[in-house]
Amino acid sequence: MSMFEKARETAQGVMQTVMKKAVEVAPDSWMPGGVPDPLIAAKHGHIGRPVSRIDGPLKAKGAARFAAEFRLDGMVYAALSYSTIAKGRIADINIAAAQAAPGVVLVMTHCNAPRLNPPPKFLSQNKAAGGDDLPVMQDERIHWNGQPVALVLAETQEEADHAISLIEVAYAAEPAATSLSEAIGKGTETGSFMGEPLHNEIGNADKAFADAAFTVDSVYRSPRHNHNAMEPHAATIVWEGDRLIIHDATQAVAHTAWSMAQIFDLDETDVHVTSPYVGGGFGGKTLWQHQILAAAAARLSGRPVRIALSREGVYRIIGGRSETEQRVALGSDRYGKLTALIHSGITPKSPNSALPEPFIVPTRSAYAVDNMTLDVQVCTLDMMANTFMRAPGEAVGTFALESAMDELAEKLGIDPIELRARNEPDKDPVGGVPFSSRNIVEAYRSGAERFGWDMRNAAPGSRREGEWLIGMGCATATYPYYRMPGAAARITLSDNGRATVDFAAHEMGMGTSTVQTQVTADRLGLPLDKVTVRYGDSTLPGVILAGGSQQTAAIGMAVMSAYNGLVGELLKLAGNDSPLAGLKPDEVVGINGGLAHRNKPERFENYASILTRANRHELVADGTPPMPFELQHWSMHSYGAMFCEIRVNAITGEPRVSRFLGSFDCGKILNPKTAASQFRGGIIMGIGLALTEETQFDERNGRIVNPSLADYHIPVHLDVPEIEIMWTDIPDPHTPMGAHGVGEIGITGTGAAIANAVYNATGKRVRDLPITLDKLFR
Amino acid sequence: MTMTVNGNTVSIPNDPRVSLLDFLREHLHLSGTKKGCNQGACGACTVLVDGQRVLSCLTLAVQCSERDITTIEGLSSDGVLHPLQQAFIEHDGFQCGYCTPGQICSAIGMLEEMRRGVPSQLTGDLCAEVVAFDRDEVRERMSGNLCRCGAHNGIVDAIEDVFREAAE
Repeated sequence: MSMFEKARETAQGVMQTVMKKAVEVAPDSWMPGGVPDPLIAAKHGHIGRPVSRIDGPLKAKGAARFAAEFRLDGMVYAALSYSTIAKGRIADINIAAAQAAPGVVLVMTHCNAPRLNPPPKFLSQNKAAGGDDLPVMQDERIHWNGQPVALVLAETQEEADHAISLIEVAYAAEPAATSLSEAIGKGTETGSFMGEPLHNEIGNADKAFADAAFTVDSVYRSPRHNHNAMEPHAATIVWEGDRLIIHDATQAVAHTAWSMAQIFDLDETDVHVTSPYVGGGFGGKTLWQHQILAAAAARLSGRPVRIALSREGVYRIIGGRSETEQRVALGSDRYGKLTALIHSGITPKSPNSALPEPFIVPTRSAYAVDNMTLDVQVCTLDMMANTFMRAPGEAVGTFALESAMDELAEKLGIDPIELRARNEPDKDPVGGVPFSSRNIVEAYRSGAERFGWDMRNAAPGSRREGEWLIGMGCATATYPYYRMPGAAARITLSDNGRATVDFAAHEMGMGTSTVQTQVTADRLGLPLDKVTVRYGDSTLPGVILAGGSQQTAAIGMAVMSAYNGLVGELLKLAGNDSPLAGLKPDEVVGINGGLAHRNKPERFENYASILTRANRHELVADGTPPMPFELQHWSMHSYGAMFCEIRVNAITGEPRVSRFLGSFDCGKILNPKTAASQFRGGIIMGIGLALTEETQFDERNGRIVNPSLADYHIPVHLDVPEIEIMWTDIPDPHTPMGAHGVGEIGITGTGAAIANAVYNATGKRVRDLPITLDKLFR
Repeated sequence: MTMTVNGNTVSIPNDPRVSLLDFLREHLHLSGTKKGCNQGACGACTVLVDGQRVLSCLTLAVQCSERDITTIEGLSSDGVLHPLQQAFIEHDGFQCGYCTPGQICSAIGMLEEMRRGVPSQLTGDLCAEVVAFDRDEVRERMSGNLCRCGAHNGIVDAIEDVFREAAE
């Protein structure tokens, strides 16, 4: 690094520190969310009602069109061949037989692929979408076991699949880093996540731990995981001249359009990405090599291309969650007041991936403790780039932390819920800023009452029915509140009293389209059937990632901004002849299909009337929300108290979750039906994390050896008990609609709640996920 | 050679490699039937062949000569949803909607199996002429239909809502 660069970085660092401090100490009213959203107080609207999904009929009929279901004239089908070594080069590749096979239109390898820029890696720039930034079929180098080495296009999928099997590749293998212990031996470095080092120190945790009256000190392990969305990754792609059109399955339409433009040297506006329906994402549906390769092949062949990855293909070229080895050391006084908290460990990543699994993030805001050391060390392996998967960091980090809290509770002889209550912080322990809304103690109280926690016998192994040992466990769930910069929305109000709201967001099953219809209807004072939401298209406004559980907040704030602009325009158009004459935007509310004075409802004019009198067919208002400074001014999170009852077979070791309850504190719940499904979905993925899920990585050659839904075990119907969901419904005064994200929190805390229940049932503390029969049997 | 798909007679393709799933999706453009794994592990491709639930990815189109196929598109008529489709919406028995057509077709096939007395691993009385409706029976029998969004509770609720009386 040159002196100039160092000086610049130092200056930037100083500026950031000054800015951060200024945001922290600024008055609340200066912050976005400083004045509560009027919708928080609104009653009798659509918010809070269990509205069924507006796309429900289409999905139930099988009529919702997914990425691999767009039909284009002259379309050909793609198939991929994947490397079988982890590192080295392609020494020779024989494509003659494939080229001669029936129906083949194109065989593409590094020898004839068009020159492409590497994909911009996610988080490296605002709209970067790439899972890594490795060159895509540009040379003979192999970077991981499973890298695409050839692509075939043929008239039918059967012909493409046959032809790809005829390609012969000779490799010159080189020594690869595929063993975790060897990689650790070569050295680790401190990880960083979202621009910050994964390292925090408060006080002197080592000394406080050594001095503590009561301690626990354990190592927890979590394996690799794969998202396994039911819809495998797919895209249907066509070039119209120099315009690139991609019907994708993605949680980042705008990011993908911009990133593809960089890769293919196009103007961003010449790439159009649509993604009306996504068959599950969970962090995995971003930009990977398949869209890039298919677009390159479409350009070479002059034909539209359908690429639909096989299930094995998803494991080969889409990243998953990396493994972790975590130490949690807790020290407390005899009353259970924490005096030391150490959460540290190691996770491997690929040299080019966008993140290390940030497992300490949930610990930063968890407990009041004066001495804390948090640290993530990272080593590198030659493997498929690991990536974001539902609650990256929190899903596995809470398993370690909340298991350790259970271990400490037992040592102290204190109820695990009481131990947590005694360590409830009154401000963020690391950031020092106040919480915007935190009611975790209430979530525990109401959850425990409903679940029947008082029936739990603290002595492990004390409840048995026949050959089944029965136990209960609990754990805290937590996930940050995010609102990412870049969102925007457009409201188009018509003189027939209808409104359309547009934003480049995504519907992967979270209920986005339904909930935003409810919210927009309430904001404008319209019935649901007068509001149309358009999303899933890069030509719509905004850069809105379906990630970080942030869509509801990001869209909500953008629509609020657009609404404020719309009201200003409407009041101008209404003029002096309107009952609204002279009113300012903050004096009116949207109600009954028009605007009315906040306190004098008789001063009202409906939208159709205002527009008609002004000779306007429609009125368009764009909204761009303020930068999310509130995230630095308050400590903002979703919370939950998770309760599990488990039955473990004393003969076979078979664990069965028999009851589960999630008691959530996630602000105001906008749609009880779709929110409950999000919570349940996260919990069920957490049941998989706890008991069955593991991507098996062969340390000899870096190959994933269970790349199928037969060998990677996600929960099936019989694994899923009745899951009870409840919530505090206490609005956060500082967020749009008073809401928090609900998409990821369900998978946090669940692993520990189950492990703690297993301990209570059997007396066996399993610290190595998944908790399989062999670990309970021995 | 022909088969019947949702009441229409169609010719079976010449390429014997074409699966029933790809035939439906790519030849007939009935893309309601989904491809989740193409190896019989997920159930997303479930359709009814002569009333029985079948994994269309593991069935070749040429095996279906003279067979009567019903897909998700064949369950609603004139825009009126099948009661089970309506119940899936009411009980939020899906989120992304990708496994949904397979879950619905599978549940319809399952009901007939229970009516015929076909036992499952959980069935107590192996000689019963009709298997008693029970949520765990449903869970066991639907376990071949994976759902990653976690809509399992809603799916079982929907099936119970529509089929409990029909099964008994």
